[in-house]
Amino acid sequence: MADNTMGWDEFEIGAMLRSFDGPISDVALKPQEERNYSQNNSFTASVADWRIEKPIYNKDYCIDCQFCWIYCPDISIISRDKKMIGVDYDHCKGCGICVEVCPTNPKSLLMYPEQEDEEAAIAAWPEKEEKEK
Amino acid sequence: MGEMKKIKNLKEFSTSADRFEGANLLCPGCAHSIIVREILNATNDDLVLSASTGCLEVCTAVYPYTSWDASWIHIGFENGSTAVAGAEAMHKALKRKGRLKQPDRDVKFVSFAGDGASYDIGFQWISGCMERGHNMMHVVLDNEVYANTGGQRSSSTPIGASATTSPAGRVSYGEKKNKKDMVAIMAAHGIPYSAQVAPNKWKDMVKKIQHGLSVDGPVFINAMSPCTTEWKFDPKDTMMISDLATDSLVFPLYEIIDGHKLNITYRPKNIVPVEEYLAAQGRFKHLFKDEYKHLIKEWQERVDKNWEMLQRREEAGV
Repeated sequence: MADNTMGWDEFEIGAMLRSFDGPISDVALKPQEERNYSQNNSFTASVADWRIEKPIYNKDYCIDCQFCWIYCPDISIISRDKKMIGVDYDHCKGCGICVEVCPTNPKSLLMYPEQEDEEAAIAAWPEKEEKEK
Repeated sequence: MGEMKKIKNLKEFSTSADRFEGANLLCPGCAHSIIVREILNATNDDLVLSASTGCLEVCTAVYPYTSWDASWIHIGFENGSTAVAGAEAMHKALKRKGRLKQPDRDVKFVSFAGDGASYDIGFQWISGCMERGHNMMHVVLDNEVYANTGGQRSSSTPIGASATTSPAGRVSYGEKKNKKDMVAIMAAHGIPYSAQVAPNKWKDMVKKIQHGLSVDGPVFINAMSPCTTEWKFDPKDTMMISDLATDSLVFPLYEIIDGHKLNITYRPKNIVPVEEYLAAQGRFKHLFKDEYKHLIKEWQERVDKNWEMLQRREEAGV
């Protein structure tokens, strides 16, 4: 079904888009990696090409406050068992909200150009900023 | 299931499994999906959802994809609320006749619509749902403009905002009419619960949504949703704009119980001048020209008056 080459007159009338292969029950208790997504679910698609800048996550400074998780519009902050794990680069659009809401000093997430190497960025992470008195 | 999901703090909340998926086509930094996530994650119950035509609908159901991990329907611009009301009525009837396969599962009925589809086009349909007493929740994602079709004004657009059908320029300062007080109109139906929420106050939001889902009867929620494209600010600043909106009291957070008893649920420690809220957005840029500067003062007076009215109503407790 997930065929982007279909013309407008080839669509099914009143199409039903099924999120999952199989029953939908109790999906609210299942993390994404355990779900049986159908190819009609946008989870299987990617918007990575929208990005000019990407957020890079440095776990050394993270306090797991989860502000980035709650305020991410694209479900791209992966948190499991109350811990922040990383960024989902398939679905991140690079808006930068996660960096703005990060309360640590220095920030645990920073925006870098899309081509930036993750290890190099973490190695050259900015120092703690002193507060102006 | 059946009992309310326990959410004490953000860490606990972050164990929720999202039922709204990424790779939807909403703009980067769009508050719509932040609000939808906070609402859907507030419950573990089964959901029957609808969306009226608008940004949320066109961006989350782009054939051949869907971004909803729950039953979801879209029909027209005006009738997202009635579609859910119909499903709710059917569910009730099947339950009464004993024809549900799993009668103990709790089902929540929620319809989403933008301010265009609620304040203007779907107005009488929502009014009908509220009046008939369906056990459902209607959520308005209020970005104060028809953002999906290119930024035309709606009856939610506030005074002085420049929209494509009320542009600011040499002869006009933009939108001339004030925003419709939709929460009060819906509360006047005598519904058990109506409230205004904002995405930056997630705890307040979750509390209101959980209360709204647990009461018997129609619930109306007006959610402020900053629009990066039409309010003209940088995508990364969505939460900053939300904070300014709630702290300047342009969007006061309150609830109205049973259509009359009003509670203010958020009192900012430091009230920010409305001017800061206006200055952060491109749609109000022209107000800072000399000839329109008096409008900023009028804005502040209007917001102060509204806050005063809310406080008096809360004190009266009737």
